[in-house]
Amino acid sequence: MATLVIPTPLRKYTNQNRTFETSKSTLSDAIDDFVNEYPDVQENLLDEDGNVRSYIKLYIGNDEVNPQNNGGISLDENTEVSIVPAIAGGTPKI
Amino acid sequence: MSSLEEIEFSSKELGHYSRHLSIPEFGMEGQKKLKAAKVLAVGTGGLGAPMLQYLAAAGVGTIGIVDFDTVEASNLHRQVLFGASDVGRSKVEVAKERLLANNPYIDIEIHNVRLTSENALDIIKEYDVVADGTDNFPTRYLINDACVMLNKPNVHGSIFQFEGQLSVFNYKDEEGVLGPNYRDLFPEPPPPGLVPSCAEAGVLGVLPGIIGSLQASEVIKIITGIGQPLAGELFLFDAQDFSTRKVKVTKNTDNPLRGENPEITELIDYQEFCGIPSAEEEKEESEVPEVSVKEYKSWVESDEDVQLIDVREPHEVEIAEIGGTLIPLKEVTENAEQISRDKKVVVHCRSGQRSADAIKKLQEEYGFDNLYNLKGGILAWSEEIDDSIPQY
Repeated sequence: MATLVIPTPLRKYTNQNRTFETSKSTLSDAIDDFVNEYPDVQENLLDEDGNVRSYIKLYIGNDEVNPQNNGGISLDENTEVSIVPAIAGGTPKI
Repeated sequence: MSSLEEIEFSSKELGHYSRHLSIPEFGMEGQKKLKAAKVLAVGTGGLGAPMLQYLAAAGVGTIGIVDFDTVEASNLHRQVLFGASDVGRSKVEVAKERLLANNPYIDIEIHNVRLTSENALDIIKEYDVVADGTDNFPTRYLINDACVMLNKPNVHGSIFQFEGQLSVFNYKDEEGVLGPNYRDLFPEPPPPGLVPSCAEAGVLGVLPGIIGSLQASEVIKIITGIGQPLAGELFLFDAQDFSTRKVKVTKNTDNPLRGENPEITELIDYQEFCGIPSAEEEKEESEVPEVSVKEYKSWVESDEDVQLIDVREPHEVEIAEIGGTLIPLKEVTENAEQISRDKKVVVHCRSGQRSADAIKKLQEEYGFDNLYNLKGGILAWSEEIDDSIPQY
């Protein structure tokens, strides 16, 4: 089972779960599996064309991956996909 | 940066820096580089406080500080430059006092202003390195763009609840190769609301201490040339499971500043870029009936039949409360039947923002016309009516 690591800002859409385990064997299928389990994540993770939002990066190991470019990349049971969002930490003022 | 040959130290300074001087890789040359350097810290909050203390103690010769804010009680669990007796005082003024008390051999330049598109280039151009310890996306993109335009390295730290991120952007290495900037990592900010503020979401007090200290370390490395700055990489820290990792940040050919077709050649309106309504738009949007805390108090004292609704989260009620039925904002529409239609209903929260949102929802979806927003919320109540109610 590959694991998706869910960052804090998205946990409000995943019942506060920190990880998601998937038996899917490719990155695209794993992301589909994830958003099927937590439909509210979809809008915040992917745009209308299925691209990862511009304020979020996905990483396997140290390398950035994207379902659009590397969707077929295979995942094994030890693969950890990290979802890394932009964080600022504060209030919207200058 | 002044010439290193001109830099001298008094015997007291040599005593202050003796443990640096003892490090073979650091030595007198490293200390002179620090004294010659000018570093700008934007923000004296959770990240800025520890970062500034270490930069000052380390002997950075000129430290600029940008912040327009005053010290609040809710700052004190993480902004360790300030104490309880500083509440209400200007942050930059207090910071200058504290930093010079630790190290009187450096200069502190204070900029008691908001950093804006109008003043950013003028302020930043005077410094060698910028350390971004701000708390919001518009200022982060403003600092990034200004640093790219002025060719300044930008030491970036950010935090959210238990998680921290760190990177060095726009860093030119020894071979003159320029590293990625913030827009390469995140071309656009998240929509307002996805990443709530510290006031709403909270932050572990020690977390900015950890990330801010790492920022200070990166600033010192850049100035002295010791080690490898965290350029082209993003450091991630999660205090809950003590996970740390570094991931790659690569240049994006679509970067509007330094990509193949640069579109941004001057600073822009960063509020608009981040989807934050202007003050006028906000005023227009937030126009719901309001009642001041004094007026509401007079209603209560004259035994007027008024229902009070609290739309905060349960954990906030444990911190401070002024009564009322608790219906958190996200549950307010499904609990509309608990809200009276035949008398005045005052809706409140911490600052008045969430209660205004609740009123708008209830007006739009259920046609309520008897709801009043408690202007300034519990913070105003604490300030104007009852100072025993904690501000948070």
